[in-house]
Amino acid sequence: MQQRFMALWFCYLKTDWIAIRKPELIDIPFVFSQPDHNCVMVTAANNIAQQGGVIPGMRLADAKAILPSLEVLQDKPAREEKLLKAIAEWCIRYTPVVALNLPDGLLLNITGCTHLWGSEAGYVTDIINRFNNKGYVVKAAIADTIGAAWALSRYTENYCIVEPKQQRAALCNLPPAALRLDAITIEKLDKLGFLNIESVLKIPLKELRRRFGGDLILRILQALGEVEEYLKLIKEPDPYEERLHTPELYKTRTGIDIAVQELLKKICERLIAEGNGVRAAILSTYRTDGKIQHLKIGTNKATHDVAHLFKLFELHLNEIKPGMGIELFVLQIPKIDKVDIKQQAIWKGKINIDDNGIIELLDKVAGKIGMQSIYRYLPQENYWPERAIKNSQNIKDIKQTPWRTDLKRPVNLFKRPQPIQVSAPIPDYAPMLFRYKGEVHHVKRSDGPERIEREWWLDEGEHRDYYIVEDQNGYRYWIFRSGHYDKATPEWYLHGHFA
Amino acid sequence: MAQINKNVIEQLKKDILLKQGYKPASADTLKINGLQQVEANFPNGVFPTGMIHEFISNRDEHASACRGFISGLLNSLTGNKGMCIWVSMQRTIYAPALKEFGIEPDQLIFIDVAKEKDLLWVTEEALKCEGFAAVITEIKELSFSQSLRLQLAVEQSKVTGLVLRTDDTKINPTATVARWQITPLPSHLQGGLPGVGFPRWKVELLKVRNGQPGAWEFEWHGGKFLPVYETEGSNINTSVKKAG
Repeated sequence: MQQRFMALWFCYLKTDWIAIRKPELIDIPFVFSQPDHNCVMVTAANNIAQQGGVIPGMRLADAKAILPSLEVLQDKPAREEKLLKAIAEWCIRYTPVVALNLPDGLLLNITGCTHLWGSEAGYVTDIINRFNNKGYVVKAAIADTIGAAWALSRYTENYCIVEPKQQRAALCNLPPAALRLDAITIEKLDKLGFLNIESVLKIPLKELRRRFGGDLILRILQALGEVEEYLKLIKEPDPYEERLHTPELYKTRTGIDIAVQELLKKICERLIAEGNGVRAAILSTYRTDGKIQHLKIGTNKATHDVAHLFKLFELHLNEIKPGMGIELFVLQIPKIDKVDIKQQAIWKGKINIDDNGIIELLDKVAGKIGMQSIYRYLPQENYWPERAIKNSQNIKDIKQTPWRTDLKRPVNLFKRPQPIQVSAPIPDYAPMLFRYKGEVHHVKRSDGPERIEREWWLDEGEHRDYYIVEDQNGYRYWIFRSGHYDKATPEWYLHGHFA
Repeated sequence: MAQINKNVIEQLKKDILLKQGYKPASADTLKINGLQQVEANFPNGVFPTGMIHEFISNRDEHASACRGFISGLLNSLTGNKGMCIWVSMQRTIYAPALKEFGIEPDQLIFIDVAKEKDLLWVTEEALKCEGFAAVITEIKELSFSQSLRLQLAVEQSKVTGLVLRTDDTKINPTATVARWQITPLPSHLQGGLPGVGFPRWKVELLKVRNGQPGAWEFEWHGGKFLPVYETEGSNINTSVKKAG
């Protein structure tokens, strides 16, 4: 398919940006300046200043001599990149393929996008009008190649559309600087009298390479479309993405509900056909005033059930503020998984972990409270009590080893052992009594000790000697002594309750 | 005539019970392993499933006993294959210990929440979900309207809800079907052997809707509840029954 590209050029990117925020600057000449080595340079100048003869790259002192009324603002490094990135993200409503062209432009692959605006002319005027309304002066060009679009956007009055395969003719009258060359090459070409690209194209490429190097050849071939050029996108387009673009703005909750359902229906149709399901989804809403809002959901198990996915979004839809209205909904599925297709009729009635009701409930919990609140434990071959279990990441995980019953473990286990005071006969008996939170427990019955060593390859420290003890009330506890008895005051801890 | 009246009244009582959701005893009625004496105090002599049970405790030790007892109930409720969900705020329960009570700890899903509001929300949603064999919630207090909501949630799904209340200072009326209290008792080993024996509890039914309150002593022994007098001859009698 014939590719079509659009180059956007922001003639006064930084100064327009600040003038939008500070309207008092619109009618006066001003520049951005930044110290470079030991002199201050002009990094950007607004329209009025440039008419007065101030151009970016000048020394600030020279600029002030030319225009004494010049207003000077401090510049920040990499500001244009940040600005362009934000603008590029906004441009995603026009095409998903947007790339930055530092320092002052954007490159868009608009193949197959323009018909939504009627024609290429409609598309480009819509973009230019939008930017002009905001306060940015932009120029745009559409051509078959990135190079041609770039060149024409810099040397056009307002906008320019090059018909397919006409880029050579369109480029002929432009100066060689339009080929995106470095300053030295441009100067050389200028000195040699190459006043337009046509005159360069007449020279055999071999000669040009010898004199100017490979870069010029590459740029010429790219502009003519004989060498493919690729864009470095600001965002990789998601393979699972649905867009809902409407001329009518969505303002009500009902409208948003319908839009989300529409998008889910579309994407689920595709997923069903492929046998895949959603594990995570992101809904982005683009507001007409430029604000973008995102909603994220995750599922515990791949699903392509529209009703269920909608329910997950529904929990959060209140967070979307439609403001003046939403003009674009984008649904992305960053994570998919294979769906197990089951004969549900057979399984129904029998309780099973694959029960969809359970999975849906867990999704709801994960959506409202968070995935980190859900635990399901599987045994782990470790004696150390805290490590004898592991949280299973997937709800469908099956235990690899059986649960042990030969060693008694308490129903309650404190996250952190609680220190207790004991009086104990030495060396290897359970304490006679212990004190915990000011309460004295006389030990009537006891079992133990069960020594549990630390796994030295995991952590360092004392081993534990565990005792099961029962006090005068019949309460059963799990207590341990940390380490051997050879210390002056051995440390005892309460670690849990038995049933 | 008196006989006929009695029959009519019996029949009416049965009808009312049926309308309140109590099923008459039948072949597929759920039996709790070893808990026949307690079941006899419920209407129709059946442990009511698909309803909300409430357990109260005031100390950590009592709550632990309660968790053990609940695990014993789950053993029968899940029939060894169903999933259960355990919702709590500051969870201390240690999953591997539950294996002793006959349930696979991986049959349980634990939800830890930070807010009481979320706790009730998760519980209600879980109770509406037919896939669960039982839903266990640990909560400080349960107001009447909250308990009513939970009871309404299970009416469709027929899931059994077990609510463990960890603060018994405010005991208010609730819409639960039964109020239990489990306290740990000193264990015994046969022949006066030293060491800690099987878990032993005093099981009290403080309130039973349409049934009889009562108190018993049980031990968890050999994978089921065992009335204490059976384990030790007759030195502990069942006369600890009292009106709640």
